Amino acid sequence: MTDAGLLSILPISEFVFFLNKVVIAGLIIGSIYALGAVGVTLIFGILRFAHFPHGDMMTAGAFFALILLWAFPGAGALVGLPTAFVLMPIAMAATAAMAIGLDRVFYRPMRMAGVKPVVMVMTSIGVMLMMQGLIRLFAGTGTRQLYVDTDSKDIYRIPLGGRDLVITEPQLLLFVTTIVAVVALHLFLTRSRMGKAMRAVSDNPDLARVSGISIDHVVRTTWLIAGALAAAGGTLLALDVTLKPDLSFNIILPIFAAAIVGGVGQPYGAIAGGLLVGFTETLAVFNWTVLLRPLKPLLPDFIEIPAKLAFVPTEYKIVVPFFILVAVLIWRPTGIFKGRLNT
Amino acid sequence: MRTPPLRETVLFAGLAVVIAAVFAWLGAAYSVRMLTEAACYAIIALGLTIQWGYAGLFNVGLMGFVALAAFMTVLVSYPVNWTFWEGEGPMLLGQALLTLVIGVAITWGVSRSHRHGVPKWLRTLLTLVAAAITYLAVQGQLDPAATLIEREAGFVGGFGLPVWAGWVAGGLVAGLLGWAMGRITLGLRADYMAIATLGIAEIVKAFLKNADWLTRGTLTVSPLPWPVPTPQELGFVASRAAYLSVTAVIIVVLYVLLERAWHSPWGRMMRAIRDNEVSAAAMGKDINRRRLEMFVLGNFIIGIGGAALITFTTIFDPAAFAPLNHTFLVWVMVILGGAGNNLGTIFGALLVYVIWTMSEPIALAAFMLAEHWGDSFFGWDAPADLHTRALQMRVFVIGLTITLVLRFAPKGLLPEKVVRHE
Repeated sequence: MTDAGLLSILPISEFVFFLNKVVIAGLIIGSIYALGAVGVTLIFGILRFAHFPHGDMMTAGAFFALILLWAFPGAGALVGLPTAFVLMPIAMAATAAMAIGLDRVFYRPMRMAGVKPVVMVMTSIGVMLMMQGLIRLFAGTGTRQLYVDTDSKDIYRIPLGGRDLVITEPQLLLFVTTIVAVVALHLFLTRSRMGKAMRAVSDNPDLARVSGISIDHVVRTTWLIAGALAAAGGTLLALDVTLKPDLSFNIILPIFAAAIVGGVGQPYGAIAGGLLVGFTETLAVFNWTVLLRPLKPLLPDFIEIPAKLAFVPTEYKIVVPFFILVAVLIWRPTGIFKGRLNT
Repeated sequence: MRTPPLRETVLFAGLAVVIAAVFAWLGAAYSVRMLTEAACYAIIALGLTIQWGYAGLFNVGLMGFVALAAFMTVLVSYPVNWTFWEGEGPMLLGQALLTLVIGVAITWGVSRSHRHGVPKWLRTLLTLVAAAITYLAVQGQLDPAATLIEREAGFVGGFGLPVWAGWVAGGLVAGLLGWAMGRITLGLRADYMAIATLGIAEIVKAFLKNADWLTRGTLTVSPLPWPVPTPQELGFVASRAAYLSVTAVIIVVLYVLLERAWHSPWGRMMRAIRDNEVSAAAMGKDINRRRLEMFVLGNFIIGIGGAALITFTTIFDPAAFAPLNHTFLVWVMVILGGAGNNLGTIFGALLVYVIWTMSEPIALAAFMLAEHWGDSFFGWDAPADLHTRALQMRVFVIGLTITLVLRFAPKGLLPEKVVRHE
C-alpha cells in the first residue's frame, strides 16, 4: 500500500479480497442457483413434483451450446462476445424443445393416468438417469472449454487501492443475463395473459381449470421457460468454469435447497434462495484470518490469530446447502417466501 | 396359500434358468460372487420395501446408511491398531468427546430455558450462540488430534471384534441415524423428504470421506475380515458359497419375521396409515411415531445389508458409495419386484442384480460389434474411450427400467397381495 495518510491504515486490500472471494463469488454461484431454482420452482408450482433431471437439462443446454460452437466458431467475433454466449439463445430454444419433448414422452402419460406425485418424482429420477447415461455416452467423461480460438476470456481488474477487484467477462454476462431474465420473468408473470394463467394454476389448479384456463398451454409454457433458463444457467456456468458431464449432479442439490428455502412455487423466492445459498456457501468456506490480520497490532499478545479460520473446511462445501435446507425446514417449513406446498 | 402360487413358481423358475445360464457362461467362482452380492442387495431391498412398500416413505438416502453401517463394521471388526492406542490419540479424542458432551448438554439446557421465563427470541439466540461455541470448541480440539493420529498411527483402526458384531453395530447405528433423520424429515411431503434424505446422506458421506483420522478417507481400508473362512483358506468357490449361505440365512430369517409382521395387526395398521393417513389418524393412530418406527427398522436392515456387502468386497472406500447408481439400483429392485411384497422384493433384487452385472459384458459386446460394423461399412473411427462410455449405458438402462416399470407395471411383477381378513 503506497497511499499515504488515513488510507494506509484501512484494510482496503483485505476488504477487496473479501469482495472478490465472497461477494463476487457468492453472486456468481448464487445467480446460477437462482436460474436453476426458478425453473424447479415453476415446475413444482404448476406440475407439483420435484423435477430431478433439471441439473441435466442445464448440462444438456451447455452441450447444445458446445455443438453450436463447433458449427459456427466465428459467430462471436462478429459482435465481440464469446461465441457460446452469442449462440446461447439457440441452445435455450433447443433445450426448451427438449423439455417439452420429455414431458410429452414421460410425464404427460403419467399425468393423464392420474398417478400420485411421488410416482412422478420417481419417473423424473428415471429420466435423470437416462439423460446422464446419454450425455456420458455421447460426450465421454472428460472436461471441455466453451471457448474457441477467436474468443478470449477477458478479465477486468478494477483498482481500488491495494488489491484489484477482479471480474471476468463470463461473470459479467452471467449477472446481466440473470437480471434480464428476472425482470422479463416478472413482467411475464404479472402482465401477460399466460403469466397470469400460470399463477392461477399454481395457486389452485382445479379453480383455474373450471375458469377455462388451458392447463396444457400452461404446462407447455412452464417447460419452455424452465428449459430455456436451465440452458442459460448451464451455458453460463460452463463458460465461467468448464463443461463436464457431471456438472449437473454437483449443483442439483443446492438448486433444490434454494427452491425450498425460497418457498416452493415462488419465483422470487427461488431467486432469493439461490443468492442466499450461494452467499452462505462462500461465506462458510471463507478464511476469516485474512480479515483479522490487520487487527493484529490492536490485539493483546495472548490472542493468536490461527492460520485458518473458516466455519467449514473447503471439502465440506457441498454440505452447506443442506444445513441451510434442514434449518429452514425446521424453522419455517414453507420457506422464506411462504411456499404454496407445505408438508 | 389356497391357490397354487403359479406366478411365483414361473418367475422363480425363469430366474433359476437365467442364473444357470450365467453359471454355464462365466463359471462357478464368478457366478457365486454375483449371487452373494445380489443376496446382500436383497437384504438392503427388504429394508427399503419396509419403508416404501409398508409405510410409503420415500428414502433416497440409502447410500448414506450403507456407508455409515460399512464404516461401523470397519470400526468394530477391523484388527486393533496398537500404535494408535499407545499414543496420545485416545486421550485427545477423549477430550474432544468430553467437550462435545458438555457443549451439547449446555446447548440443550439453554434451548429449554423458555420454561423458566426466558423470552423465546432470547432463547433462540442463546441456543444458536451455545451451538456455535460448542462447534468451534470441538473443532478446535479435534483438529490437532486428527493431525496427530494421521501422522503417528495412520488412523484409529478397529476393535478386533467378530464380524457379525460389526454388522449388528452397523445396523444399529444406521437405525440411530434413521431416527435422527426421521425426526427431521418424516413430517415432509414425499418430494421434500427425497431431497432431505439425499442431502443428509451426502453430509454423512462427505464426513466419512474427509475424516481421514477415523476412516482413512480415500486411502481406503482393506482387507476387511470375513465372517467365514477366506478364499486363501478354502478357495474362491467354497468360501464365497459359505458367505452366500450366511447371507441366505439372514434373508430367510428376515423374510419369515417380515411376513409375520405384515400379517399381524401391526402390519395392518401400517398399511392403513400408508393408504389413508387421515382416517388412520382419526382412528387414533400416532402416524408420525409409527412412520418413525418403520424408518428406523428399515434403515437397520439396510445397514446390515450394506455392512455385509462391504465386508464381502473386503475394501472400505468412502468415495465408492456412488450416490445415484446404487441408490436407484435398489429402488428398481423394489419397484420391479413389487413394493410391499417381500418375496417379490427378493425376486426383484436377484433379477435386477443379474441384469446389472450382465449389462457390462453385454454392452461391451454390443459396442464392439457396432465399432466393427461402423469401421468396415462406413470407415467410422470409434473414439478411444468407447469402452468406458459403453459402461455408462448401465445408468441409462436403470433409468429406462424405472420409467418403463412405473408406466406399464407400477405394482411390480409380484404385486402386493391385498389381504382380506374376514
